[in-house]
Amino acid sequence: MDNKLIIAPSPHVFAPRDTTRIMGDVLLALLPALAVSAWVFGWGVLAVTIISASSCVVFEWLIQKFLLKGPATVGNLSAVVTGVLLAFNLPPTIPLWLVMLGAFVAIAVAKMTFGGLGRNPFNPALVGRVFLLIAYPVQMTTFAPLTATLSGIDAATGATPLALAKGILKDGGSVSDVMAQLNITDLVVGFKSGSFGEVAAAALLLGGLFLLVRKVISWHVPVAVLGTMAVFSAILWFVAPASYMPPMFHLLTGGALLGALFMATDYSTSPMTHKGGIIFGVGIGLLTIIIRLWGAYPEGMSFAILIMNAAVPLIDKYVKPSRFGAAKRRAQA
Amino acid sequence: MLKSFPKGGIHPPENKLSAGAAIVTLPLPAQVVVPLSQHLGAPAVAEVAKGDKVVAGQQIAKPGGFVSATVHSPVSGTVTAVDALPNGSGIKTPSVTIAVEGDDWAPEIDRTPNLIPECRLTGSEVVTKIAAAGIVGMGGATFPTQVKLSPPPGKKAEILIINGVECEPYLTSDHRVMLERGAEVLVGTTLLARALGVEKTYIGIENNKPDAIENLRLVSAELSRHVAGIEIVPLKVQYPQGGEKQLIKAVTGREVPSCALPIDVGCVVQNVGTALAVYEAVQKNKPLIERVVTVTGKSIATPSNFLARIGTPVSALIEAAGGIRAEGPVKIIGGGPMMGRAMSNPDAPVTKGTSGILVVDGKDAARCTESDCIKCAACTTVCPMGLEPWLLSRLAQKQMWDEAEAGVIVDCIECGSCAYTCPARIPLLDWIRLGKTEVNKIIRARLNR
Repeated sequence: MDNKLIIAPSPHVFAPRDTTRIMGDVLLALLPALAVSAWVFGWGVLAVTIISASSCVVFEWLIQKFLLKGPATVGNLSAVVTGVLLAFNLPPTIPLWLVMLGAFVAIAVAKMTFGGLGRNPFNPALVGRVFLLIAYPVQMTTFAPLTATLSGIDAATGATPLALAKGILKDGGSVSDVMAQLNITDLVVGFKSGSFGEVAAAALLLGGLFLLVRKVISWHVPVAVLGTMAVFSAILWFVAPASYMPPMFHLLTGGALLGALFMATDYSTSPMTHKGGIIFGVGIGLLTIIIRLWGAYPEGMSFAILIMNAAVPLIDKYVKPSRFGAAKRRAQA
Repeated sequence: MLKSFPKGGIHPPENKLSAGAAIVTLPLPAQVVVPLSQHLGAPAVAEVAKGDKVVAGQQIAKPGGFVSATVHSPVSGTVTAVDALPNGSGIKTPSVTIAVEGDDWAPEIDRTPNLIPECRLTGSEVVTKIAAAGIVGMGGATFPTQVKLSPPPGKKAEILIINGVECEPYLTSDHRVMLERGAEVLVGTTLLARALGVEKTYIGIENNKPDAIENLRLVSAELSRHVAGIEIVPLKVQYPQGGEKQLIKAVTGREVPSCALPIDVGCVVQNVGTALAVYEAVQKNKPLIERVVTVTGKSIATPSNFLARIGTPVSALIEAAGGIRAEGPVKIIGGGPMMGRAMSNPDAPVTKGTSGILVVDGKDAARCTESDCIKCAACTTVCPMGLEPWLLSRLAQKQMWDEAEAGVIVDCIECGSCAYTCPARIPLLDWIRLGKTEVNKIIRARLNR
């Protein structure tokens, strides 16, 4: 035998799925929602997405190359995912320089200061979004009027359904007044005002299902988030149907689906166990509804996720997987 | 629903290239090297010297302690050396080298193919014959079988499980044994059951071997007078279904407690190959001097299953399978791809625990480049022991042994599911193995104090 020999410890085979492929799957899963948004809001959506993603990649590369003077790992597509998710959290008409600023905060502040991929405690895209929301509230909440809706209901006001509901209910209106200005089909397809990545409910669900099938995410976090939101809002709606919006409204509006399927499931900012994921998801669901109903902002998904991100190390410390043979060991001791 | 273990596990490509290759008897080599330490425990003590003439099946070394095994000459010929020779890992171990002359066997060995299903021996007589034949666990663990058949005082075996799972990708030796030597395996199983005094016996087989399941069911119906009480259990194809604790849980529902042994829940697990060796030892007086070895890999010309004498060089098996077709560096693995050991010395001999030789080349053989942990938790999800591989590997890197012990690092069965799955290609098991060794040392020192 003339072949040289390679010596390494076991195992000697590896699953084909690597980090790049996982990130690629997430990007693929976001494509349907991007397509619907481009259809509803026009080409500006693509410009925002491309600027956001490329800014994230450039910032990460510059920091790795010149500040950390280490290997550049932008090839793993994680910065692209952050960029696209940040774009999805922005209004379609946002000035492009603000997009770049958001990308800088997401990558430079929220991700690289903590050591980069896998080490950041807070979801970088959401840190970028919340920074812009607090620093530039006008630009972040100005939504151009929709040119058309499927139902023909006039949506020329440009208000998001959540802002609309909050306004009407606050001024003494009832749930039926809100529902008169909305159409369920529009909500499902994506003809509504909002950050452009969050509007296309059906397309987001399709992407989420793809990630579940590809085993990129597990069902625990999304089901816990959406289930808690549904149950919590259903209880209130059941008690006072005139003053509280029905659960379906809460699930189809704002960042509920985008947050539950794509943001809360971010690996490095969510718990390492399924049990922990359920606690994390329930917390996000509760906080989201609390902020939506009684907070200053019409939407609370971003804040809810960031607050629960802070709880992840604690959850990981105390919630452990059930160990094989552990129950009996305790019984014997 | 097929039975399986409760948590974790993976399903790597099965690649059972040699599943259709009938067992072929390998020609005798010119010389065999018989290591005196082919089992867990104390090395055997040589009873022959340079120049002695031996015949096949003749005892050449006696057990070196309670946990040890007898060693026999696999061939007839002249002892040319009793010294230390490199094993598969290049580590020198005491070995007996024999130049092969003819093929004379010890006269008491019955070499006819006649099946002898009846046995009049008592359980303890069966154990004595197994010990005299030098039988060890042939799935790869190589624990001396007679020790496993003698539960410590106060513990009683209730269930015997024969492990025909063969969950390692590529390997097919157990599969072929169940297909071609089914009757012997079943008689061997009843002998093991008698040795243990158990009533209930199961044979667990992964469902990717339906022909083996069918064959054993057929043969057990034919031999029902002799092999009553054996239940064939098809199992879900999920690695590591053949892990001892996983197999016991899947078949019986009993869970071996952390840091305990199967006998603590009344179970004993033996490999299919071991059952065959037990049959041959007890009914045919044949000690363990040959075994079925799979030689396989995508760069092997003819993936094969050989019946090879112990002591045959691994390189001779690879040549017999048509040699390595690959250019460039290869990895030669003793065992399967999940738990096997990469060999540095392909001229090392086949031993009692060699279930397969796997050759991988090119990209399959290259060491992966590690990248940052993305905290995807895939390792935690696939761990069949419910451990947190990402955490344990970090604790081992930082030498935080107390924390690693609290994370039950010693429960790791080293199945490799975590490292297989890791998308960042972090060598999780390398670190955990290292940490486990250190923590075990610390625990032993504490107990001795």
